[in-house]
Amino acid sequence: MNSHALGFVAVVLVTVATLAIGTWGLRFSRTTSDFFVASRSVRPGLNASAISGEYLSAASFLGIAGLVLSFGAEMLWYPVGWTAGYLVLLVLVAAPLRRSGAYTLPDFAEARLDSRTVRTLASVMVVAIGWLYVMPQLQGAGVALRTATGLPEWAGGLVVAVVVLLNVLSGGMRSITFVQAFQYWLKLTALLVPLAFLVVVWLGDGGRSAADPSLFVGGQSGTSWADPIAFVGDHPLYSTYSLMVATFLGTMGLPHVVVRFYTNPDGRAARQTTVAVLALLGLFYVLPPVYAALGRLYAPDLVGTTGADGVVLELPARMIGHLGGDLLTALLTAGAFAAFLATSSGLTIAVAGVITQDVMSKRVEGVTAFRLSAVVAVVVPFLLALVARDVAVATVVGLAFAMAAATFCPLLVLGIWWRGLTDAGALAGLLVGGALTGGAVVDNLMVDRTSGWFAALVDQPAAWAVPLSFATMVVVSRLTPHRAPVHTSRFMVRLHTPEAVELDRG
Amino acid sequence: MSEQPPERVRVTSPWTERPRLRPRATAASEIDAQSEVGAIYVGTLLRAQLRLAASTLLWLGLTIGLLPLVFTLVPWLTTQHVLGMPVSWGLLAFGCYPVLVLLAWRYVRRAERNERAFARVVERS
Repeated sequence: MNSHALGFVAVVLVTVATLAIGTWGLRFSRTTSDFFVASRSVRPGLNASAISGEYLSAASFLGIAGLVLSFGAEMLWYPVGWTAGYLVLLVLVAAPLRRSGAYTLPDFAEARLDSRTVRTLASVMVVAIGWLYVMPQLQGAGVALRTATGLPEWAGGLVVAVVVLLNVLSGGMRSITFVQAFQYWLKLTALLVPLAFLVVVWLGDGGRSAADPSLFVGGQSGTSWADPIAFVGDHPLYSTYSLMVATFLGTMGLPHVVVRFYTNPDGRAARQTTVAVLALLGLFYVLPPVYAALGRLYAPDLVGTTGADGVVLELPARMIGHLGGDLLTALLTAGAFAAFLATSSGLTIAVAGVITQDVMSKRVEGVTAFRLSAVVAVVVPFLLALVARDVAVATVVGLAFAMAAATFCPLLVLGIWWRGLTDAGALAGLLVGGALTGGAVVDNLMVDRTSGWFAALVDQPAAWAVPLSFATMVVVSRLTPHRAPVHTSRFMVRLHTPEAVELDRG
Repeated sequence: MSEQPPERVRVTSPWTERPRLRPRATAASEIDAQSEVGAIYVGTLLRAQLRLAASTLLWLGLTIGLLPLVFTLVPWLTTQHVLGMPVSWGLLAFGCYPVLVLLAWRYVRRAERNERAFARVVERS
């Protein structure tokens, strides 16, 4: 009961702090541009904290430790891939995307290809990927809130949805920037401080290795648990590389990641921001594996159960107990809640931005249109989360990455580096990539395949879907060279030349 | 016969002065006019940046990209323990992030150098 009360206090404190910082940011938000992209004046250090705060979702804060605990070291490829995705984004996309001067991914598609049709399809993809990503966040919030406070599951999702909405409605992107920067440091502290205590306890207990060959948990020896290529299925090497493709290339296509790059003052700042993001993510991601290793020693009963995701929240109570353990659990709960809020807010902004520009702004003026869109952007995934109770969080997040890698990655990379891309090519590639990854996921959810090549291919579709999507874009563009926009050369000048040089950028 | 020739008078049309007043073509004006010369300036920058991106991705492939293959081919990395955990586990859990930050830092330095070189050429001419 005592621990429930503390958990409740932690959730309330994070909520109040989030709203307070958001309101403080409101003083600066006056124009529509403030709402969307903070008028493009966020410094690299602050922006990097905000991007990292937004990026580290429930899947990072709770999910990785749970996955590594249950399935072993091969799950460590997830955080590595999620970080490496930013390096790929940095070298291929960051500065040119900022220089393109567009607000959102559909804006980029339209500006580059001069086509309303490509724009519409891109908008549909942004909303689909965004909702797929918000839904598990709301579900995860329900599970975490139930563990921490004993409230029913729908309550957690509702609390997150309401707080996100209040925040977005009041301040838009500018206040979100401050909120998310705060939430990165909160998440890092919330994971780091309890871990220090837990490691001291572990050393006091004799410091047994979680990879001890004689330590069997859930029928798995320590040796097999700590083997980083022991993927489930018959083709571990294929699965590992396909996961790499999805995470390395998918990051650049996630709508909430891309929209943040527009808030940088210029292309150079966009690059510096990305380097800082890589450092901040690396700092964070070394922590969850240690929780997983400790969980194998102190919480072996969670292995392979749905409770594995809660291992991070469980360990203080089991290893320390009493008031100290309860306080550390409350801190971890606060961090987990910050994770739900940050990612959901960022995605809501991105989805609402697209809905505003493509649906609302024809009917309602500026800021009101954005507020209406934000309501739609939150309510739909909340309803989805209520209906879809049994979809695994990791599966849905994995789908979002594979889908982004097979659709927006080819569009961005070819659009930025290849003059020959045409609207017909982009359209065909987006459709092929979206259909292939969408189909693979539907098959994943409907049919339970466990062995054979087909299972491996469907389970990790990125390795074949992404090349096919790229190939479709290139081939169809080659077949329709007359459709290349006339302004392509000037657009290339805008994308690749430093802003300090005075040139006609169209 | 030996009469002094008349003093030479320079006769010019007022129109011929006009071309002399036109500013010399600069790299920036070539790029703005989308001339062939301008395309060469931009193309050079674009290719330099693309080469740099490719080399960075190649490094990513040769370091982190090769890890699954290395772990498969060298089982010693997984049987050998350091501080209680296999070497391969430690590499994956902690070792990848410094490599990523280093590659990013190297990329940014070189990308900015390419852009400075482009700016020098365009602004000097």
